[in-house]
Amino acid sequence: MQGWMLSPVEIEALKLSLWVSFWAVAGSLPLGVLVAWLLARLEFPGKSLVDGLIHLPLVLPPVVIGYLLLVGFGRRGILGAWLHDLAGITLAFNWKGAAVAAAVMAFPLMVRAVRLSIESVDRGVEAAARTLGAGPGRVFFTVTLPLVTPGILTGLILAFARSLGEFGATITFVSNIKGETQTLPLALYTLTQMPGGEVGAMRLCLISVVIAMAALVASEGLARRFAAYIKG
Amino acid sequence: MLDLHLIRQQGDFRVDVAFRSPEVGVTALFGRSGAGKTSLVNMVAGLVRPDQGHIVVNGRTLFDATQGLHVPPEKRRIGYIFQDGRLFPHLSVKSNLTYGMRRTVSSEQGVSLDDVVDLLGIGHLLHRRPAKLSGGEKQRVAIGRALLTSPSLLLMDEPLASLDRSRKAEVLPFLSRLCSELSTPILYVSHSLEEVLNLADTMVLLDQGRVAAAGSLEDLMNRRDLQRLTGAADLGAVIATTVDDHLDGLTRLRFPGGGLWVPEVAAPRGSRLRVRIGARNVAIALQAPPETSIQNIFPGQVTAITEGPAKLLDVQMDIGCPLLARITPRALSTLALAPGKRVFAMVKSVAVSRGHLNVPLDMNTDSQRRTL
Repeated sequence: MQGWMLSPVEIEALKLSLWVSFWAVAGSLPLGVLVAWLLARLEFPGKSLVDGLIHLPLVLPPVVIGYLLLVGFGRRGILGAWLHDLAGITLAFNWKGAAVAAAVMAFPLMVRAVRLSIESVDRGVEAAARTLGAGPGRVFFTVTLPLVTPGILTGLILAFARSLGEFGATITFVSNIKGETQTLPLALYTLTQMPGGEVGAMRLCLISVVIAMAALVASEGLARRFAAYIKG
Repeated sequence: MLDLHLIRQQGDFRVDVAFRSPEVGVTALFGRSGAGKTSLVNMVAGLVRPDQGHIVVNGRTLFDATQGLHVPPEKRRIGYIFQDGRLFPHLSVKSNLTYGMRRTVSSEQGVSLDDVVDLLGIGHLLHRRPAKLSGGEKQRVAIGRALLTSPSLLLMDEPLASLDRSRKAEVLPFLSRLCSELSTPILYVSHSLEEVLNLADTMVLLDQGRVAAAGSLEDLMNRRDLQRLTGAADLGAVIATTVDDHLDGLTRLRFPGGGLWVPEVAAPRGSRLRVRIGARNVAIALQAPPETSIQNIFPGQVTAITEGPAKLLDVQMDIGCPLLARITPRALSTLALAPGKRVFAMVKSVAVSRGHLNVPLDMNTDSQRRTL
């Protein structure tokens, strides 16, 4: 039985992972919906460039993203120094930095899911809402947003799962500090590097599988409930 | 009153339309698909911005290119009923109905939810979601939703076009009731002659983005030069009548030329009814035939004779109102017909059509207009 119990270090890594992923997803959701809406609905110069930039984390090695974050948001990075002076926020080598790394890596997944969903909304229904006296903002919140709920849920779950699994960008940007930036994958990696760490590594591995499965099942269930709701 | 002049270039297609329509009643915007009808109503609703021109509804300017004025759709107070319903799928029927109502200033609310639910017979649907409704029910809810914003003008863009025949017959009675009971003017887009005959009073004929003709329905339908555009399968005269009497399985309709007997229609006396008499179903005699199975014989005068298709001739007569007969050249020479000649026009009762929709006729009345 002893082999099934998580060690304090592992519990800490699990808690930190959930905490970091929660903030990564919650923090990037409003921006993700906004960007998805812009890409789905507006034509503007440089749109393909914006689109490409957002998708970079999907195609670049995560270490590259981590390094760019370090250069940009590190203590001596241009944006990092500015952020520190202005708001007193430091991202380097703490959990906030880990959340930012996870958010950046998960952002394209969230934007893609929401954007697809927005593109599938019947613009005629939005036009109908306009003729019924709702301004563009009200139409967005009373018609568009409710109708893209499934897309947002999918985006949230995908982004959350991606954040939980974030490794390369995190370890490059905020390093692997126990209790501060050592998330589940980082702890797992550390255990595999330690003699006698195999049992702990297997436990974390199983936990990762369970969380990922739970997230997928939850997302499926929510999508089905929404479809049932629409069908009345 | 609606007064508009709209110009808009859309690719190769140019809409340049100007007309005025009356304060009450139904104005049909009639034309083939691609004539620019939907573009036009979208501009009136404010969903599409015209390049040039103006839109004035009941004295309120909604668009004026020279002033750079373009009132956004949500501030126009124009109800729009779309061909495809466009209900909000995530809201119940009741929430759909009240969506616009809740954004209407209460002092401007002319109708109550109960009135509209009653009028459209949708009381049993209130708690359903649109996905659970039939096509006809959806369209009734869409109509109610627009009505509840108490609009100063109602736009209907082919509200029946997406419905099959039986669904059409389900919605049409509500539409005609609405058209006759509502004081709100209605702009009704259609390419179906039957619907227009059933519902409209005034007609604007659109052809390739332009107004080909505008005027009362009877005038336009009886003009031969417009036959290509009205798309009537055969030539015929449209006559406004009033239900006068029911007798022996027949109904007598009163019109300026006398009484027209038709197979019994289930409409109360006094209801108004528009009928169409095909030119092929009208025969001409020089004397009133003493014994005949034909019930309808009207004295009149030939006003014009024009050449029809396949060497046939179209005789226009005045029997108190215009009537058309299509005859052969031999009949013309035998009877020596010429403008001014006195004749008797004979119409078989069974040949009178009142549009081809199988609607109970009591729904097809506009006996009294009243405010809801």
